[in-house]
Amino acid sequence: MTSHSSSLTAEFDASLNWKLSPEVAIRPEQFGALAYHYGNRRLVFLKSKDLVQLVHDLADFDSAEAAILATIAPKQQQSYVAALARLAQSEVLVVS
Amino acid sequence: MSPEPSLRDRFKLGLDAPICLTWELTYACNLACVHCLSSSGRRDPRELSTDEAKRIIDEMVEMQIFYVNIGGGEPMVRTDFFELLEYATKKNVGVKFSTNGTRITAENARYLASLGYLDIQISLDGADAATNDHVRGEGSFASAIQAMEHLKAANFGEFKISVVVTRHNAAQLDDFQALAETYGAQLRLTRLRPSGRGVDVWDELHPTAAQQRDLYTWLLDHPQTLTGDSFFHLNALGDPIDGLNLCGAGRVVCLIDPIGDVYACPFVIHDEFLAGNVRSEGGFARVWRESELFRELREPGSAGACTSCGSYDACQGGCMAAKFFTGLPLDGPDPECVLGHGETALKAQKVTIIPRPLGDHSKPVRVSVSSH
Repeated sequence: MTSHSSSLTAEFDASLNWKLSPEVAIRPEQFGALAYHYGNRRLVFLKSKDLVQLVHDLADFDSAEAAILATIAPKQQQSYVAALARLAQSEVLVVS
Repeated sequence: MSPEPSLRDRFKLGLDAPICLTWELTYACNLACVHCLSSSGRRDPRELSTDEAKRIIDEMVEMQIFYVNIGGGEPMVRTDFFELLEYATKKNVGVKFSTNGTRITAENARYLASLGYLDIQISLDGADAATNDHVRGEGSFASAIQAMEHLKAANFGEFKISVVVTRHNAAQLDDFQALAETYGAQLRLTRLRPSGRGVDVWDELHPTAAQQRDLYTWLLDHPQTLTGDSFFHLNALGDPIDGLNLCGAGRVVCLIDPIGDVYACPFVIHDEFLAGNVRSEGGFARVWRESELFRELREPGSAGACTSCGSYDACQGGCMAAKFFTGLPLDGPDPECVLGHGETALKAQKVTIIPRPLGDHSKPVRVSVSSH
């Protein structure tokens, strides 16, 4: 996987075992989902159903990278790394 | 990811449940602010009972409404206020409540600090007593400050100071910010609407065009300031202010009033924007998902008179409530349009009947009659 130019993605280590935070609730919506973090009380938008699926799929893999490689088309993988990086920054995802 | 409609465009079509649900618990209030958006004062005998209120909280759990904005009236005058607060927070429905602070005694502050998952907004409309009390009534500045002292002493943590920006306090934004820092609080600024009793003071209190420009710059310079997404009409001035930047009425926002009536937003308590009542079959969920009014609001709207304006995409035509209660068409410019189109429309206005907010719960004004 190629590295993304943004500093955000650079700080996100996709080889780690990222999981949905136990403090986060997901509410499905037509566009994707709302994620609400009960700890920091932030509302985050998951902007596609595929991203919602990926977030749930993380549970079945040892790393974010493995989940992306297994479930996302090669052309789109980089953008999903960026999407997970944003979710990690807002603490929707945590390393388990 | 392939290009997708923007989130804003998705939100315009509505959500399965609101993001921002305001619930006014009572029309009773021990203050009588001149700009009260719900014309509060006296309790309404039809107000929801404790059990009915709990059923609404149960619905919020089912609908995954993560938090609710509670207001009034003064919500703390309800005798079951703490009971409802505990009921909600125990079920993981976060509560953010707005109060004038008069009931936040030292003891209540300690109790509130002991509850998790709770935000408090203390309303304050002037950085000094004279400015504040002119709008909120004599002694209200002192009681709000006292409430802040109590919350600080009880180690409540970060609460909010909530300010409605008016012509009289628009120059005090730095003072409000300093005050917030004194108490480890966060500043929240919202827009004055000609709603409720606000319709009577709108001309006197709404910020001038120059003040709006200064406010816009100030908000860009202080991005940590909370705004409840209420200033998106200023975006026609340039870069957008942080937020969803759309009118969320009936799409991502709504109001449940003290008698269970559901309105499109907290600023339109009027039959025209009444979607239904939570006491009807199917409860709140059915009103939110199926009411005819909300369906209409979720349909793509026309930009009307704003179609030819290059800034429409930035400001979205502004606030529906502000237009409605100044007699302007809903598909026209906002009365405070920063490009001046609202002012022009108001001047050209031939309408003599401007809608009045309904459901006035103001306390009767005592007129002293001198006998001769």
